[in-house]
Amino acid sequence: MAYKDEQLQEEKVFKDPVHRYVHVRDRVIWDLIATPEFQRLRRIKQLGTTNITFHGAEHSRFNHSLGVYEIVRRIINNFQDRPHWNNDQRLLCMCAALLHDLGHGPFSHSFEKVFKLDHEYFTQAIILGDTFVNKVLERVSPGFAQEVADVIAKTHSNKLVVSLISSQIDADRMDYLQRDAYFTGVSYGHFDMERILRVMRPIEDQVVIKSSGMHAVEDYIMSRYQMYWQVYFHPVTRSAEVILTKILHRAKHLYEADYNFKLKPIHFLSFFTGDVSLEEYLKLDESIVHYYFQLWQEEDDKILSDLCERFMNRRLFKYVEFNPNKQISDLMRLMQLFKDAGIDPDYYLVVDSSSDLPYDFYRPGEEEERLPIHLLMPNGSLKELSRHSDIVESISGKKRTDHKLYFPKDFLQKIDDEKIVQEITGILYGKERE
Amino acid sequence: MLENHAKLMRFFSEAKEVTGRKKLQKMVYILQSFGIPFEEKFQFHFYGPYSEELMLRVEELCNLGFIHEEKEVKSNYFQYHYTLTNEGTDFLNQFSVEMPNCLESIELLQGKSSRFLELVSTMLYFKDLPKDDVEAKVLAVKPKQKYSEEEMAEAWNLIGELAERLH
Repeated sequence: MAYKDEQLQEEKVFKDPVHRYVHVRDRVIWDLIATPEFQRLRRIKQLGTTNITFHGAEHSRFNHSLGVYEIVRRIINNFQDRPHWNNDQRLLCMCAALLHDLGHGPFSHSFEKVFKLDHEYFTQAIILGDTFVNKVLERVSPGFAQEVADVIAKTHSNKLVVSLISSQIDADRMDYLQRDAYFTGVSYGHFDMERILRVMRPIEDQVVIKSSGMHAVEDYIMSRYQMYWQVYFHPVTRSAEVILTKILHRAKHLYEADYNFKLKPIHFLSFFTGDVSLEEYLKLDESIVHYYFQLWQEEDDKILSDLCERFMNRRLFKYVEFNPNKQISDLMRLMQLFKDAGIDPDYYLVVDSSSDLPYDFYRPGEEEERLPIHLLMPNGSLKELSRHSDIVESISGKKRTDHKLYFPKDFLQKIDDEKIVQEITGILYGKERE
Repeated sequence: MLENHAKLMRFFSEAKEVTGRKKLQKMVYILQSFGIPFEEKFQFHFYGPYSEELMLRVEELCNLGFIHEEKEVKSNYFQYHYTLTNEGTDFLNQFSVEMPNCLESIELLQGKSSRFLELVSTMLYFKDLPKDDVEAKVLAVKPKQKYSEEEMAEAWNLIGELAERLH
């Protein structure tokens, strides 16, 4: 039997708190899960610094990747014998679902911003490079790894397959919303996925939703909206993310200034120089990052040691709401006052905006801006979701954005010059000092 | 800190008016491909390179009153127009940001249709491939657009022209 068709003698299952069980019968999927590159995902948390706010959020990219695979497996089972569905694409879809986040690194959002990296580039590099994952995929057939990489990059010619993994209502989002809700312990984020899977229909170049299932999709859109503001944009999580980003900036700056680290940042060197090989990238996981942050607390550089101590011990920055339109001169003045007080504003005064985070909510958008969620009407026509659902229309019409100003409040209490303190607190909190 | 917002406002300031979100997306992507330092992350989508981050940032600029968004009702869809407001201009006067001069390139792109810019941005997305493979890839991922050989040739010309102007 060809490797691509090989089935395990007995079905294997992974117990999963979200989907109850993840079922594996294909040899190829089983072999991919066993590769070191996939196992590495156990050491990378799905939500980065969110566990600082929601202590349960310790789940990994490994959990999520298995979850996405399981959802796609179930969708494909439902698609059997439906028009437009070609079952030859089954293995391609499942491999792409399993491997779609393979290139994520530790705290990848901050790392990407500071070191100008792209986890999608590394997903491609792992799938196409000299790796165990590549060997498994190429055993399926020569060129199969490239196909999987193309589906994940959304550049595969089969748009239907791409939309299963990546669209406004895809397996990726359906898994992370439910999983993140489960592990953070919040009551939002739940929706009737079984119902959505039952009303999904393949058409020529996308997956659409049978109109009778609209209410289940409304629930999904609501949960996406609530998770966005209640979990992903939580201001305390953002504070931890701000500090993490500043640690990386500081370490890079010190390296460039020939600072003599007590603990040489060996694992970071290629990140500092901007020439990260795949081998080096794969070596860096969250345990390594935490190891450095733990020991950098003892560095002579006061900024690096302070920021690491804050991150490790959850001594976070405080924040106030900030309006760049009305308060830009306040910000300029604060930067000067911080400098006068001996506090470096480059590290200790940070504006963080909602657009700085990698999550989005549903918007129908303009024609051909991006593909919306389409309802399949009884007469066979397609209708954009918000044109048919009052709930979705009202949510997607709201454009809520926000900006916060982060700073170490404890430092303000240590400033000797009372005039500076008065002026800073006056700007931050109004006239009275807290 | 707000530098990325300021860069986009500089773009709107030079463009005077941008009609259509699709056009906005493709213009920023094309300029970024030629080294203009926009930091927004783009991914390949159904209609070519697209940045959610860009869209969110534009929404923030609208909410702050720096950019004015006007929604125009077309026959069966909406189209959006963007212009920099006086408050946006005031902000730019206070917040200095370094950007290469790309006024002429912006004007050049504004004169093109969003369908054509989708072609150009898609070609640039695959710029690491050999030239023939780029065209084959565009036809494979965009069969419904039915781009002609003439359009492809015109797109290559535009890419060449932009490369000369912006490098």
